[in-house]
Amino acid sequence: MQFSKFIPALAATALMGAAPLASAQVKIGLTGPMSGPVALVGQDQYDGFMLAVEQLGGKLGGQVATILKEDDQLKPELGNQIVRKLIDKERVHAIVGLGFSNVVMASVKPIVESGTVAIATNSGTSPLAGAGCAANIFSTAWQNDGAPEAMGKYMQDKGIKNVYLLAPNYQAGKDMLTGFKRYFKGNIVEEVYTQVGQTDYSAEIAQVQASNPDAVFAFYPGGMGVNFVKQMSQAGLLPKLPVYSVFMVDGTTMPALREAAVGSVMGMMWDSVLNNPENNKFVKAFVVKHKRVPSEYAAAAFDAAQILDVAFKKVGAKLDDKKALAAAVKAAGAEIRSVRGPFRFNNNNMPVQNYYAFNVVKEGNQVVTRQISVALANHADAYSSKCALK
Amino acid sequence: MSLSLILSQLLNGLQFGVLLFLLAAGLTLVFGIMSFVNLAHGSLYMLGAYFAATAYNQTESFTLAVLAALAGCIVVGMALERLAVSRLYGRDHLDHVLATFGMMMFFNEAARMMWGPQPYFLPVPDMLSGTVNLLGISYPSYRFAIILVGLLVAVGAHLLMHKTRLGMLIRAGSVNPTMVGALGVNIKLLNAFLFGLGAALAGLAGVMAGPILSVQVGMGEPVLITTLVVIVIGGIGSVSGAFYASLIVGIVDTMGRAFLPTLLRDMMSREAANAAGPALASMLIYILMAVVLALRPQGLFPARRT
Repeated sequence: MQFSKFIPALAATALMGAAPLASAQVKIGLTGPMSGPVALVGQDQYDGFMLAVEQLGGKLGGQVATILKEDDQLKPELGNQIVRKLIDKERVHAIVGLGFSNVVMASVKPIVESGTVAIATNSGTSPLAGAGCAANIFSTAWQNDGAPEAMGKYMQDKGIKNVYLLAPNYQAGKDMLTGFKRYFKGNIVEEVYTQVGQTDYSAEIAQVQASNPDAVFAFYPGGMGVNFVKQMSQAGLLPKLPVYSVFMVDGTTMPALREAAVGSVMGMMWDSVLNNPENNKFVKAFVVKHKRVPSEYAAAAFDAAQILDVAFKKVGAKLDDKKALAAAVKAAGAEIRSVRGPFRFNNNNMPVQNYYAFNVVKEGNQVVTRQISVALANHADAYSSKCALK
Repeated sequence: MSLSLILSQLLNGLQFGVLLFLLAAGLTLVFGIMSFVNLAHGSLYMLGAYFAATAYNQTESFTLAVLAALAGCIVVGMALERLAVSRLYGRDHLDHVLATFGMMMFFNEAARMMWGPQPYFLPVPDMLSGTVNLLGISYPSYRFAIILVGLLVAVGAHLLMHKTRLGMLIRAGSVNPTMVGALGVNIKLLNAFLFGLGAALAGLAGVMAGPILSVQVGMGEPVLITTLVVIVIGGIGSVSGAFYASLIVGIVDTMGRAFLPTLLRDMMSREAANAAGPALASMLIYILMAVVLALRPQGLFPARRT
């Protein structure tokens, strides 16, 4: 008899025996678009979250954490399936990420019914901020209207008169332009919604040229943003025509844009150049580990991990008490030192935070982002009064 | 709605059409001659863009990037043909669809593993980064260059097909491939060459599109769908059909997207026009394809079959 034949069997038995000992005590499901044109958005959230977990020694709230990574492929029905799987089969203690606004909205029902804590790090839709708010759904990213409201106020204060608006035709696109119009009181030359995932904007750009506005305000995340900005630059519009945007010129798109982005102004609750001690540490650690600059999605996920760490510590052994965990998460919002500056959860679990204005300039032969101002300080969203939560 | 706007949109449509032609020419030849439905054609376009982006990031030379894309795509195309495609020639079209769909997913994942999920940077070459003055409007030089390259390729393709022996063999093969093989022509080599040529054209389209569209995983799919519409409208197997149809589709799509929302706003409320405009505009080319299929199913300019 050969002993070598027994080795795999012995190893398997040993592993099986070891399995219950190695089982993690905290289970988190992290979902987002991990493939396709916006894959970097999902990947940044995962990397940001894991960086925080790693810095906490692989633990959240002092307990070993298992993170399950799921790809929703930007498909609402798939997002719904994944969320139900995480809640019913995997019995996770919290779900982080939740993907783009359209995917989030498809997943709300199972999350609310189960009471599982869910933290969005990619969106903050107006229904969830208003009448549809839930005690166990949070956002550590933003309320969708926030960044465009900041840009609207910034442009209003600057005295810009005629603005051309562009966004893709889905919930977030509509939210962005609604938020912009809430604070910008000048003349809207045109409001154009393009197909989600559209790659060629030559037709729309020709229209912009013909209308001759004072400025353009656009929302095009991920690959759409790269295409739009590049094409605006090639048509000779950037930097002659100021382009104000949200989620279009950020960590996920700058490596592909470089010079093409010079002259644009962005509004966001965070950027890698934000100068505070927590952020400097975070950006440095992220760059060293992943060889790329993080985006606002990574920052949102990093903060989500910190919040969960504080919340799990609060509930201690009573991890499965979903109501207590949700309450702990809500309180934890104000207790962390966020990389974006001041942060806390509003009554509707949306962030109350600063929104800054940044611009992209050329210094020497380097393309850099600079903070211009704090466009809106400690800004709460416009829907909180419609939410019944305290 | 000024004349200069209409003119610049027409040029945009022409540019889109020409890019479609580069893809449609290869696809229609492979479909017509080897009766092979190649859904992986979009992946060859994506690979062309990736090879070019990688070469550019190493050498900072756009010319080398173009050469890298062409060479890379020819190699991948011929390898694909020898290894996978040639085994499927006699089979049902559905088998082709399954196999090439699988190849498409394979190439997408492979690209994601090799190059990562982030969009890649391929700039417009410096001498083409300005604008040209055409008939009173100022049009981006790079897009104009695309139109010129595409028209050159179209002329070259016409010369190849009608003035060379190889072209004669290709045309004969599109009408009766078995006979051509029986007459002693090395049909295997011809097929491999044809596939490689199609791949090279797809790669060229990828390189040309790279600076204006983002180079990322999955960039081939939307273009592939439009290319299939083009070859159906033009007629399977006909390169001249692909040329006219791609121009038609390019112009209809661009003009539709540009002017339909404005036209709708005259007929209905702003809210409704904002919602319906983009949706209808994106449907236009499919409606056109449906009409062509209903009235003239063999396509508008079909290859003549004996």
